Order: sequence, then structure tokens, then C-alpha cells
Amino acid sequence: MSQSAATPLNTKQFWLYTVIGTIGFFGLWYAARWLQLAPPQFLPMPHEVLVKFISLFSQPFAGSTMDAHMLASLKRYAMGFGLAALIGVPLGLAMGWYRWLDDVITPLFDGLRFIAPVAWVPFAALWFGTGVGGPTLIIFAGAFPPCLINAYRGAKNVDVLYLEAASTLGIGNFKTITEVLFPAAIPSIIAGLRIGAGLGWMSLVGAELIVASSGMGNLIVRAQSAVATDTVMAGMIAIGMVGVVIDVLLRRLEAYLLKHRRT
Amino acid sequence: MATIQFTDVSRIFQRDGKDFLSLDGINLTVQDREFVAIVGPSGCGKTTCMRMAAGLEFPTSGTVKVNNEVVTQPGPDRAVVFQQFALFPWKSVYENIDFGLRSKGLPKDERDRITTHYIGLMNLQGYESAYPHQLSGGMQQRVAIARAYALDPQVLLMDEPFGALDAQTRVVMQEELVKLARKNPRTVLFITHAVEEAVYLADRVVIMTSRPGKIKEILDVKSVRESQNWDAHSKIEDVMDLESFVHLRTRVWKSLREEHAGTDH
Repeated sequence: MSQSAATPLNTKQFWLYTVIGTIGFFGLWYAARWLQLAPPQFLPMPHEVLVKFISLFSQPFAGSTMDAHMLASLKRYAMGFGLAALIGVPLGLAMGWYRWLDDVITPLFDGLRFIAPVAWVPFAALWFGTGVGGPTLIIFAGAFPPCLINAYRGAKNVDVLYLEAASTLGIGNFKTITEVLFPAAIPSIIAGLRIGAGLGWMSLVGAELIVASSGMGNLIVRAQSAVATDTVMAGMIAIGMVGVVIDVLLRRLEAYLLKHRRT
Repeated sequence: MATIQFTDVSRIFQRDGKDFLSLDGINLTVQDREFVAIVGPSGCGKTTCMRMAAGLEFPTSGTVKVNNEVVTQPGPDRAVVFQQFALFPWKSVYENIDFGLRSKGLPKDERDRITTHYIGLMNLQGYESAYPHQLSGGMQQRVAIARAYALDPQVLLMDEPFGALDAQTRVVMQEELVKLARKNPRTVLFITHAVEEAVYLADRVVIMTSRPGKIKEILDVKSVRESQNWDAHSKIEDVMDLESFVHLRTRVWKSLREEHAGTDH
């Protein structure tokens, strides 16, 4: 197998390796149980997790069924991510245009953005409570930096020719930002939104582990205290699945927007 | 009265920590509704002259005035046609032309009238909703010229506007610009390195030396054109056959040739 990573696999090979990987993973999992490396309490079997996952949609756990937990998480997520996009993108573009704004915000932002979103949990809970506000802030903390940075870089990388053309046409600041910088920066902005969406989703689950009384992260914590490891794993699967769906949807949107871009 | 006035304009730029003199003591006045072309070897600073009139660059010493006011920033009173067209790819032909008009705060129907007028004048009918990438280079440059003219600027600044076009398209564009310029005279500063183009289009041709750029000589074309009635010929090749044209062209060539020989290019 001297194939390098750069050589594309054909479809047949791709599926062969995928199947080998999947069987290997679950095989090891089952083997760990059969060899009694872990007690049943610590490591539920894959099929048990699957059964639990499906049953959680009809049997409530921690007060709600799985779909209700998902919905609760998605609502918080939509608020936090929406807020991050609505503030991050315009602010990033404006920073790319107004030098003074860049100088005011960048040092502050560079200092804050390396603080992990979960580190905001204590203050998020103190300031905004554990209902909607607290988790929203934590998701925001995760999703905001890429939204802002990519809009800013997109604006900074706009071909100076367009800016000169706009200035000789007498286009003012606001219209230059909305009708020149923004459309020119769209590929960069979309990439930023996609990264932000992923980071936001990961932050959400972290947030719900600590704050909030519903949602998928909360389900995991409650299951942990009940030593229901199959439920914990079912929650993890649900989080991963929703994350994949969000990413796939955004990739589709990205491909669609870039295809229909008129350049 | 729209004039462009360069007074003792010099420009120094820095590279690798050293100063280079790119323009040296330029004195030139473009009169109201006069079409002046600047020709010169590449790197002589002719584009910089245009950019200083546009307010995109500034002199190190001396002054550039438009309408007797020192140029401090770009503005729609000095429309620019760029060599690379500089159309906005995300805007349609109509939107590109309309964009500058919107900033002037004109009412919708007035803008529509002007945009439609220039779309017709530049033979762009039927392409109003097309996007720049769907057009040929010649059509894109026609949109850029329409966009500049639509602003009704007092001054038009053109930086090798036909430099990126193929030979045939270039000729068509030159003929169209001559028609437009004679019908609708503006104060024009036209930068080119094509000698025929300069002689064909301009009232006066300014010849520059190679770096540091100085004005070497200024040729009056207008008096010859009018006395020999060039405008009676609608085709560029007919004008180019005229003895008076050939004579002027050769003079410009010789003058430029000395520059090349002098700098051992």
C-alpha cells in the first residue's frame, strides 16, 4: 500500500476502506466487551446504544423526549449563531473599511478570542441566567470570531481596483461597504460562517453540560448522574448527527451561492 | 470651465529605502473641453499624472488643480476609465452604469433616462441585465465608458482604456470615442503608449521622457486635424492614410524613439 494521500481513490476502493474502518471500529468495541475489558455499566454494546437512541424519541428522559431536547438545543444554537453572524459579519466588514475601528477593536478581540467558549460559563450564567441568555452567550463566544475574522479578511483582500472605481464614482462609505466590500467578500464570509457554525455547535453542547435545564448536553449530564451510559452515548450520537447535518446544509448553501456568483 | 492644471509637479517614490524621482517638474494645462493625450515610454509616470488628477495619488511637490481647486480626493466630477475596466462583477451592465448616478442622488426616472441613453449610445441594448463576465472585452470597456460619461463629469480621465483590447476591437472603440468626443466634448486626459491612438484622438499630444518623466514636447494636432478636415473621414484607416496624419505620427515616433535610444531600452 504505497499509495500517497494525494492520490484519489476510486469509488470501489473508497467503499472498501470505509467498510473495513467501520467493521474494525465496532469489532474492537464488541471485542472489548467479550474480553471483559470493561464492565457493562462502563461500556454499553453498540446495538444497545442504537436501541436506546431510538427509544429516547418516544420515552422521555430528563423530562423530554430526544426530539424535544434537540429542538431546545437548536433554538439556543440558532439564537447564538444568528447573533454571531449578524454582529460579526457587518462589524468585520466595517473594520476592513474604517482604519480607526480596526485599531479600536483588533487588540481587544485578539485578546479575547483565545478564551475557550466554556470559560465564559460562570459569567454567562451570572449575567444572563441558565435559561436562554447564558447558553446563547457561550454559543456566541464560539461562533463569533470566525464570522468576524473572515468578513474582515474578505474586506481587506478586496481588489483595490474596485475600491478606486467606487471612489471615483463618488460612492459613499455605507454603499461601498454594502455594495462593494460585502459582495466581493462573500466567499470568505461564507467560509467563516461555516467554521463559526461548527464551533458554535461544539460550544453549545459544552454550555448545556453546565448551564441549562434542557437540551442535548443537559441530557448527557443527567444520564451521567443516573449512570445510564447507554443514554449518554445516545446523546453523543445525536449531537454528532445534528452537527453533521448542519455542516452538510452549510456546505450545500456555500456551493450553491458560489456557483450562482456572477464573477 | 473645467481645466486640469499641473504646476511644477514632481513625484518621488521609495523602493528598498531609496528615493526614485518618477515625475520631474510637470507643467501642463488641459483647457476646457480639450482632449489631451499623454504618450511616453512605460514607467515614465504618465499613469501617475492621470491618477493625481483623479485624486488617487498625490504629488510630492507642486500642485494639481482641477477647476482651479487643488485635488484632495477622488470624486464623480472626474470620471475615470481604467485599463482593466474595473466593472463590478456582481452588478449587471445597467447596475454598473446606474451605481454612480444613485450616489449623485438623482431621482429614479432621471437615472433611468440617463442610463438608457448611454446604453444606447454605446450599443449595449439588449445587454442591460448581463453581467460583465458574460461580455467581450470591448463590450466591457464600452460599459466602463458609459459609466464614466453617465456621471456627466466635467473631466474624463482615461488610463490606456483600450490597452487590454484586441486590435480590431480597439479600432472600433477608437472610432466610437472620437464620435463621442466630438459630439459631446469634455475635458479629457488620455493616457496611452499607442502613438496612432494619441494622434487620432487628441487635440494635443504630450510626449514624455523616460524616467524621471518630464514633458519633452507638446504637439498641436487639432489645428492640423481641422485644417485637413480629418473628421470628414469616419473610418480610422482613412484618416491614418492622410499625409498630414502620417507626418504627425512620424514626428511623435521619432521623438519617442530618441527616448528609447537614450535609455538603451
